Amino acid sequence: MNELETAEHPENLRRVVIEPVSRVEGHGKVTLLLDENDHVHQVRLHIVEFRGFEKFIQGRPFWEAPVMVQRLCGICPVSHHIAASKAMDMIVGATLTPTAEKVRRLMHYGQILQSHALHFFHLCSPDLLFGFDSDVAKRNIVGIAAAYPEIAKQGVLLRKYGQEVIRVTAGKRVHGTGSIPGGVNKNVSAEERNYLLLDIERTIAWSRDAVDIARKLFEQNLDLYNNFGTFKTHTLNLVRADGALDLYHGGLRARDMNGNTLLDHYDYGHYWDVIFEDVKPWSYMKFPFLRSLGPETGWYRVGPLSRVTQCDFIPTPLAEEQRKAFMAFNGGSATVATLGFHWARMIEMLHAAELIQELLHDPDLQGNDLVNIGQRQARGVGVIEAPRGTLIHHYKVDDNDQIVRCNLIVSTTHNNQAMNEAVRQVARQFIDGRKLTEGLLNHIEVAIRAFDPCLSCATHALGKMPLEVELLDAEGKQIDTLVRNG
Amino acid sequence: MSDTFQLDGASVPFEPGQTVMQAALAGGHYIPHLCYHPEFKPHGSCKVCTVKINGRTAASCTMPAEAGLNVESNIEEMNGLRRTLVQMLFAEGNHFCPSCEKSGNCTLQALGYDLEVHTAGFRHLYPDRPLDASHPDILLDFNRCILCELCVRASSEVDGKNVFALSGRGITKHLIVNSETGLLKDTDIALTDKAMHVCPVGVILPKRVGFSVPIGARRYDQRPISAQALDDAPRQADAPHSPDTGGSCPACEGTP
Repeated sequence: MNELETAEHPENLRRVVIEPVSRVEGHGKVTLLLDENDHVHQVRLHIVEFRGFEKFIQGRPFWEAPVMVQRLCGICPVSHHIAASKAMDMIVGATLTPTAEKVRRLMHYGQILQSHALHFFHLCSPDLLFGFDSDVAKRNIVGIAAAYPEIAKQGVLLRKYGQEVIRVTAGKRVHGTGSIPGGVNKNVSAEERNYLLLDIERTIAWSRDAVDIARKLFEQNLDLYNNFGTFKTHTLNLVRADGALDLYHGGLRARDMNGNTLLDHYDYGHYWDVIFEDVKPWSYMKFPFLRSLGPETGWYRVGPLSRVTQCDFIPTPLAEEQRKAFMAFNGGSATVATLGFHWARMIEMLHAAELIQELLHDPDLQGNDLVNIGQRQARGVGVIEAPRGTLIHHYKVDDNDQIVRCNLIVSTTHNNQAMNEAVRQVARQFIDGRKLTEGLLNHIEVAIRAFDPCLSCATHALGKMPLEVELLDAEGKQIDTLVRNG
Repeated sequence: MSDTFQLDGASVPFEPGQTVMQAALAGGHYIPHLCYHPEFKPHGSCKVCTVKINGRTAASCTMPAEAGLNVESNIEEMNGLRRTLVQMLFAEGNHFCPSCEKSGNCTLQALGYDLEVHTAGFRHLYPDRPLDASHPDILLDFNRCILCELCVRASSEVDGKNVFALSGRGITKHLIVNSETGLLKDTDIALTDKAMHVCPVGVILPKRVGFSVPIGARRYDQRPISAQALDDAPRQADAPHSPDTGGSCPACEGTP
């Protein structure tokens, strides 16, 4: 059992709840059990939503899945749209045409760009630029716009650019229909390409600036950033056949916490042979683990930090230069730090911007060969690297074209145990033995936000989530409460 | 010289035997409708085309045109009732536009937008209606049926196959398939049948087409239903269904 997951005598401890966790996508809560001396005995990140997509997709025609399942999320629907489409490519036996794959990749890179910009600028920059326990009234995107108007503007426009790439390729900024089983339903016209080319140089320049901001924050607060919620963990991500970072397609690579390779270029079509999901009674989210290591120690981390540190290289020049600097910085300390996520995420945003530019100059985008259908299969697995990490869609379809089974392992699910470990680490470092304040509790949320979790894969009013913290005595009686209204 | 009646203050000419709806559409006046189709006999079941005639309400698709009638259609009272009817249709079935492949090509959805139906209005009934996916090329998603009987009429009157029928009464009324097993695979329906092309919503679908038409190129993405119904009406009256068009016609909302 992991330390601090379950207290030995919870009945004598007082319970502190952070609910809901704010400035993340979705709905979750953190509970802490403290003794009378404020020492922490138990910390859990609970995911309290139940969506049921895997159940109600059953019986639906398979071609509906890419459009229906993307409704899991309003931030990264493209990830689900494309992962489901890749699974359906297998169902219809398709090998994608160059135009289809490139339009999908463009859509995906637009998604990476807008999601990473949203996370860094809108959700996390208030913590990073003002301080974790700064004035809570200003610790939001409106406060950033007042204090750092240029940064806020760049964040908004970077996200807008990514959304425009999605609109051009998918038909809508959110919840489009561009990707279909076996290909795409439209190409990118020369007019659309020219429109996107207008702002691409600026987008790349601002993405470079964002990497610089992330780096400077790390440099200026080296001790804090190195140690904040930091722990050793295994990693999982997709890599291209030559070991390069590839966010759209590749084989699975898993490494243990000492850097030893457990899997490499593993065909994700049989992911269930290497990954299994554990269930715990206190959370609706499952706990995946590497079968070879077992549920207790086999958990791992996915997402930008794993991808950037575990790939052999990034195949675009500016991002590769930044990756090397990141890896070399301070003896590699950022590569294992929880707050290193932000820096790695910005390197990926720069990579996505470079890839968008590269693709926009590719004439295949204007091709008209959009769909390819082959030999029908009963099972389809689609895996991509979503903004938050490895995303697995798995479907079984019967002879009548109806889906009979669906399994989704979303990025945040992979990170479930890692996020729990991060908040436990922060609880040990900052909460244990101290009187609770809002600023201290925000440290817990800062650790969760570093992972950019999408707790429900659902939209909500950003920055308006109310926070309620209750202090209960050993008998469960409320003795204090802190409320922040939305 | 033909006789005329008044529609929302305009003079509308008509030929003997025309209904108020037919004369209005032919004259360039849109009256919202769902179950009316220019190629089929009036049905009068959806009531969306209800107008006020000389102060009393009547379905314009079944009301014979007469000289001197005073018809009120585009007035808040009638449009309010139409909104309520459309809300009831949405509440009665399972209409999940976000993941429906008929979205953008759906008459019910287009009418909802045109009538500015912005709220659900009623508690959804969420009926349990399993799909019939037994046919190799055709899918039936009963969740979206609005009981307009266009498929029943097309299969009977044009295709001569009687593949579809309505069964039950009142709130339990539902679309059925006329075969011993009740499954579509045991009928002689074909993709080229007229019944395949008249469904105004997403019930009768050719398989594996899905979302192949991009957003922006779908039937109602560019122009509202009120404009398109007028385009289609006179042409429909002149040129009824023809076998060489594969059973399709511009007024049918079926997938191309």
